[in-house]
Amino acid sequence: MLNWFHRLGSPKTFFEISGRWQVPLLSLAVLMLAGGAAWALLFVPPDYQQGNSVRIMYIHVPAAILAQSGYVMMAGAAAVFLIWRIKLADVAVKCVAPLGASITFLALVTGAIWGKPTWGTWWVWDARLTSTLVLFFLYIGVIALRSAMDRQAGVGRACAILALVGVVNLPVIKYSVDWWYSLHQPASFSLTEKPSMPIEMWLPLLVMVIAYYLFFFSVWMMRIRNEILVREKNTDWVKQWLAVR
Amino acid sequence: MKFGRMKSHRRNRLLLIVFIVCAAGGATTFALFALNENINLFYSPDQIAQGEAPVGKTIRAGGMVQDDSVTRTGEGLGVSFVISDMKSAQVTVEFEGILPDMFREGQGVIALGQLNSEGVFVAEEVLAKHDENYMPPEVAAALEEAHESGVDTGQKAGYE
Repeated sequence: MLNWFHRLGSPKTFFEISGRWQVPLLSLAVLMLAGGAAWALLFVPPDYQQGNSVRIMYIHVPAAILAQSGYVMMAGAAAVFLIWRIKLADVAVKCVAPLGASITFLALVTGAIWGKPTWGTWWVWDARLTSTLVLFFLYIGVIALRSAMDRQAGVGRACAILALVGVVNLPVIKYSVDWWYSLHQPASFSLTEKPSMPIEMWLPLLVMVIAYYLFFFSVWMMRIRNEILVREKNTDWVKQWLAVR
Repeated sequence: MKFGRMKSHRRNRLLLIVFIVCAAGGATTFALFALNENINLFYSPDQIAQGEAPVGKTIRAGGMVQDDSVTRTGEGLGVSFVISDMKSAQVTVEFEGILPDMFREGQGVIALGQLNSEGVFVAEEVLAKHDENYMPPEVAAALEEAHESGVDTGQKAGYE
């Protein structure tokens, strides 16, 4: 297991293995996204109170879930980089930050669009919304720190430490609706608890959540492959790989 | 990945990371505890009834709109209703303006406004709070029927 972990830590091995996964993973992600979106937009029944604006949930909830678990993954990669100094982990941190920021932005915007017809306001400074905005700024911070320290020694470590410190925001987001009175409702989607909606509304949401994850992983992988090529451009294997093309 | 087999410099870095995250977590916890009252978006009807909410300051009040409590006052857009925590505490809210589409009796609302000296909450803005339960209209109708015949559907909205 540890051996396999070390082998995958080599940029060349990662590049070769991910090359085989890239197309099937991305095709499956796009297929599920299209299918799930069509299902959610056309066939799911409207909600008894929200009417058709319930369909925003199928874009919003997966984005909000992924915004948080994307941060967990970024922090995990940051810890691996700090402890084992595996360069690929630093590449992973660099490549996931813009993705996480985009997903968080999507969650914030779709939440606002849903909030207007449902709550009667685009935005309110309640604990859930504010802590999610902080999550967005943390992603932006990691991106900004990297570009500010570009090519300086220790840039990877600085970004990794920032990413790790930001982890304290995650329990705040997750439990904000339980710890404090907020406008935002408790979680709509959970794999461990009884669903808060009938199966014909829950199943397309599950499809969308899986599709978001697959899409996230495939784009993350493609970005890492690209970054590997840039960083290793003077090595023999990259020159060889480019020569074949 | 046995801890005992880890090289000592790696173990030190791991411990340092754990320490940094714990320290940041501790600091955040203290800050949030200190700010606890300010992070709550609204006062519950119970808090208002207990006199915990300041009078004459702009605050938010949240609760469930009590059934049959919504009355139109006067000719214009004036409306008054009672919010409760579904137990004993009740607060009367007066509002003049357009209520959100999702406003209805038995649903949660959050009102922004001021508590006057008679204990009436004069709202400038009313937001509808939505719970995490979703269902198609037919299911809701079926539940309603079941509820009327005395079956507990287990619905709640977080005001208890």
